Amino acid sequence: MPGLRFDLRDTPPEAPALRAELRTFLAEAGKDWPPRVRAYSWMGFDREFSREVGKRGWIGMTWPKAYGGGERTALERYVVLEEMLAVGAPVAAHWIGDRQSGPLLLRLGTEEQRREFLPRICKGELAFAIGLSEPDSGSDLASLRTKAERAPGGWRINGRKVWTTNAHRCDFMIALLRTSPPPDPKGKHQGLSQFLVDLRASGIAIRPILDLAGEEGFNEITFDDVFVPDSLLVGKEGEGWKQATAELAFERAGPERYLSSLPLLTAALDDLRDEPAAPEVVGRLLARAGTLRQMSLAVAGMLQDGITPEREAALVKDAGNDYEQALPERLRDLMDPARTPPEVQEMLADVTMVARSYSLRGGTREILRGIIARQLGLR
Amino acid sequence: MAEDEGLRGILIEQVDRLLTDSGGPDVLRAAERGEWPEALWAEAEALGLPLALAPEAMGGAGLGWEDAVAVWQALGRHGAALPLAQSMVAAALLALAGIEPPAGYVALALPGEPVAWGRRAAHVVAVDEAGQVAFHEAAGIEWRRAADPLSREPADRPTYGASLRTGRLPGGAESAGNAGTLLHAALIAGALEAALDMAVDYANTRKQFGRPIGAFQAVQQQLAVCASEAAAAAVACAAAGRAADRRGLEGAGFEIGSAKVVAGEAAGTGGAIVHQVFAAIGFTDDHPLHLFTRRMWSWRNAAGAERVWARRIGEAALARGGEALWPDLTARGEGRGNA
Repeated sequence: MPGLRFDLRDTPPEAPALRAELRTFLAEAGKDWPPRVRAYSWMGFDREFSREVGKRGWIGMTWPKAYGGGERTALERYVVLEEMLAVGAPVAAHWIGDRQSGPLLLRLGTEEQRREFLPRICKGELAFAIGLSEPDSGSDLASLRTKAERAPGGWRINGRKVWTTNAHRCDFMIALLRTSPPPDPKGKHQGLSQFLVDLRASGIAIRPILDLAGEEGFNEITFDDVFVPDSLLVGKEGEGWKQATAELAFERAGPERYLSSLPLLTAALDDLRDEPAAPEVVGRLLARAGTLRQMSLAVAGMLQDGITPEREAALVKDAGNDYEQALPERLRDLMDPARTPPEVQEMLADVTMVARSYSLRGGTREILRGIIARQLGLR
Repeated sequence: MAEDEGLRGILIEQVDRLLTDSGGPDVLRAAERGEWPEALWAEAEALGLPLALAPEAMGGAGLGWEDAVAVWQALGRHGAALPLAQSMVAAALLALAGIEPPAGYVALALPGEPVAWGRRAAHVVAVDEAGQVAFHEAAGIEWRRAADPLSREPADRPTYGASLRTGRLPGGAESAGNAGTLLHAALIAGALEAALDMAVDYANTRKQFGRPIGAFQAVQQQLAVCASEAAAAAVACAAAGRAADRRGLEGAGFEIGSAKVVAGEAAGTGGAIVHQVFAAIGFTDDHPLHLFTRRMWSWRNAAGAERVWARRIGEAALARGGEALWPDLTARGEGRGNA
């Protein structure tokens, strides 16, 4: 295949010990998680849980110790992630900071920004939201219009962001904003910049939006003359597009892109023993899970080597989304409601609803397939 | 490892060059008419390819399974006009049973499976359900034709006379079956990659409505799915080969079965997409596309179809229960130096 590489990677030698530690911790921490928590998986927000995770050194694992990190490898971090996701742990309060905002600050932030934010992320005390989509800018992200304009000592933000997951519970947002008008319609990727925005600043109004399952998962955020000091510009003014898209490789590469619905398979399995059609369906699901895991590990290995596998990440996310969406449908075919315990039925219902978000969040299926097609040489 | 990768690279290049120079659609069509690719086989033998999996002490190259998978994928990319993958496995099984593999085409006979190009074999390695290996000379075997109606690749079913020698597979019948499964999964992965490349080239050149059909999102999105399936098949096969290197063929049933399931599903999904892209021209006898797609559809059924392997994997998982599902998935190949 032209240019797409998936070299097999082993999990690190530390993996078995790390897993044992995590499983003990998660068994205790998760003993009272209801089906809905596990179904929401990494969209679930639980500050107390995140602080406990932070105490154990499982946030910012790869970052320098000077900023509170653990200087461990990307593949060790991968093991921690997949263990959390396999049980549907509510990781959202530290997850975005660990996955995206922290790495962005490490790469492009000022020394002051790193010292200010990274240690608190590592402790699980600082929750981040990602401010990208707007009411009129979804997949066509570069058409966004929320503006940051020069003001004495900083910038003034006006406009709206929408679909921002958990923003009403978070502390900070990394927002992609327009800092100068596009030079022409084709230059819309220019003039964008990234900012750290304190979500408690005056002028910010956050309105939670109920999702189809009745949860307040995402939001609409209105910025009315919100002041951001110069010190909170991230990276270079006008380079926001390049910075934000490089970040997407991190956002798309992880095991969260195929594991979102796995807790349902674990929960449902024991009640399928007497179902004659179950072995074939379960076998197909496991064959795919093992394969997606190898593909996801290959991408994690490339990140560890300092390669930005933007296209491979898009492919794994797309294939993973198909898988995690198919899983509840396949299991539903096997489940006899009369013989399925209520908590498993509840989880099936929740996953069936939440699954619609898998192929929307972090890049829609159509956008990802467009990236793969371009990699194939189709124009 | 570096040395192995070097050997793998050399072998892939040899297979690629051999089949580019002396293979191609005409040779594949001739094979379907029952014409043994004599020249191709002679060249493969001159390169030592059929014995590559046998240890050096037995005249082979001591190739590992992950390397073999890469070689079989290369073979599949050219439609596998000759039964080289099967012969490589036959030689490997002979060596495992303590019998030195001979020169010439050594055919592989697995329980219940037809034998590729059986009547062209000089020798046959027959494995029974108990893991016993019988080494036969062609002279004592009667053959009934059993060409696959889908691929039209020549195959025969044997009635054996007395064997020359017998031996025992340390890994039992399962190890032989798993090798047969792995080789067909890898051939599928290679053939799908070739079909995808053909479809992408075609989509970039064929024009309708004033532009290449590959400029249409409807076509792009389909080919992206095909690429994703092809990538999954290749990764699943490589992972299965690696598992066989580390835990023996008999210890790698999950990965090898998974590779067959994923490659088989990919052949179905991906094969449908490439034909849709080629439209009518791809439906003609004249166009070479079907030489690849018919083969990969046929290979799906060899040495255990998706259904068979999925059931085995599923039964094992159901017996172990939900609590063990994730720990089992992550424990394979982890720890003990990833052995």
